[in-house]
Amino acid sequence: MMFWNDPIHFIETWFVDLFTTWGLSLQLATILVYAIGIIVLVVFAMVLDIFLVWVERKVVARFQDRLGPNRIGPFGLIQPFADIIKMVIKEDITPVGADKVLFNIAPVLAAMSVIILWAILPLASTIYGVDLNVAVLYLIAAGSLGTLAIIIAGWSSNNKYALLGAFRMVANMVSYEIPMVIILLIPTILADTMSVRGITDAQSGMWFFFLSPLAFLIFLVSAIAELGRSPFDLNEAESEIVAGFHIEYTGMKFGWFYAGELLHAFTFGGFMAILFFGGYGGFFGLEELPAFQWLTIPFIQAAVFITKAMLGYWVIMWVKYSMPRIRIDHMLAFNWKFLVPLSLVVLVNTAFVNRILAGASDWVYVLIMFGSNLVIAVVVVEILRAVGRRDRKAVATGIPAGNPE
Amino acid sequence: MTAEQILFLVAGVLLLVSAVCVVTTRNLLHAALWLVAALFGVAVLFALLRANFLVVVQIVVYIGAIAILFIFAVMLTRRELRDTGRQTRKSWWLVALIVVFISVGLVLVAFGIPDAGRLPAEMPQDLDTVSRLGESLVTGQEYLLPFEVASVLLLAALVGAVYAASTSSKKD
Repeated sequence: MMFWNDPIHFIETWFVDLFTTWGLSLQLATILVYAIGIIVLVVFAMVLDIFLVWVERKVVARFQDRLGPNRIGPFGLIQPFADIIKMVIKEDITPVGADKVLFNIAPVLAAMSVIILWAILPLASTIYGVDLNVAVLYLIAAGSLGTLAIIIAGWSSNNKYALLGAFRMVANMVSYEIPMVIILLIPTILADTMSVRGITDAQSGMWFFFLSPLAFLIFLVSAIAELGRSPFDLNEAESEIVAGFHIEYTGMKFGWFYAGELLHAFTFGGFMAILFFGGYGGFFGLEELPAFQWLTIPFIQAAVFITKAMLGYWVIMWVKYSMPRIRIDHMLAFNWKFLVPLSLVVLVNTAFVNRILAGASDWVYVLIMFGSNLVIAVVVVEILRAVGRRDRKAVATGIPAGNPE
Repeated sequence: MTAEQILFLVAGVLLLVSAVCVVTTRNLLHAALWLVAALFGVAVLFALLRANFLVVVQIVVYIGAIAILFIFAVMLTRRELRDTGRQTRKSWWLVALIVVFISVGLVLVAFGIPDAGRLPAEMPQDLDTVSRLGESLVTGQEYLLPFEVASVLLLAALVGAVYAASTSSKKD
């Protein structure tokens, strides 16, 4: 029974007991078990990644009215393994004039910046790497390591397209980090904690999505920008700069970037589930009924979490394969003139309403929170409409929109 | 020797080696990346002191913002990333002397502290350091004034940066 309620702790104590009976000291045994735990977690993430390659290819095929991989294995399930074998046996080229050490470090750093996110991802109430009290900031910190990896890749390739791609990526990531940081404060305010488990538990009655749908939308946009996926894929814009920062990478080194991107998208789907959709829990109090006690079993919770993360990942893919790439000045203007002010307004609104309604009943709280978001959304749409009308009028009357100097 | 002490030594050596490399390497971009490594070493030291908030802020602010801006500026402004010529001034021995004196002084001061060399005490599991930090930053009796003064200073820098960037277009 113990194993089903708290599997990780059960396995940990079992292994520590095993190692200490072999004659290791308790401290050494604990370190060894933790090292094994880290390796198992990374292997789990990478194996999931192999599966994600198949998911991504099948889903994009559906969006583009194709069948996708269907030759090797049932539904093409073995296809990713064929891809991996292909990548591993391809020639590994380091371009002349490249900075060899940095060129080889960059793909590892890129994949690492994603995998370290799994340390704080709680699959279930008892299955998680570590319960940091600053987990929300940790998400941002890992993202900045990813930015660093892309700069290193772009610069060390000694290729102008790679460098241009890196420049674009940095402009993209550094600016979209700001609305993301602001928006991450909203679940923090609502849950009174920055720990992802705390945020998940705070949503057992009501998902934060219903308290602040605008925050979720801004998070979705800035997450897609952070991932560098279409419509924000200027960093690898195939039609302009060939493949951007990873143009010179071959074989498995390219594979690391590719695998990192897929896993990153899935991980952000997971964070969407945790921050706004109740993560592994959030059954609206259903799990307290005797008939639904089984919902609190860790493995059921993990299945619920993976399902929610997959749905988030599917939304990211849906956006990616339906949207054309946007121009870089539009991208920056959209961030600085629209997302940043909007996220600040939403943050102030959330903090204000949360403080005023501290003692109110749950339903009043939820309704007013949702209503205030709705009001902001309507006002924003009206402002956008007025601005659009003004711009169209300027074009119609022939006044030049810009000063060509 | 405990695992914590081994980690401290590894992080300390990483920090010192990368700090020396920042000033000795001739390639500016490599110097910036060694700086990133040094800052990461500082983050590890914070982690050993269980200052979780400082660890992530160190990485977000110093590696994620400042170091990346350094690299960006270097890549955009320098045609030649490799510096030539002497790397030291003629009076380098004077600086070295001052550094040695200060280091010896600091080491002596450190050994004078009664608790020097002790491992940090185990913190209670339920101690929420982040809430405590937040409360002390916004509570009147503690660090409210320095915190607000620092924010006004940063705001002034922000306004100044916007002004400096926009004057050229105003002249037209």
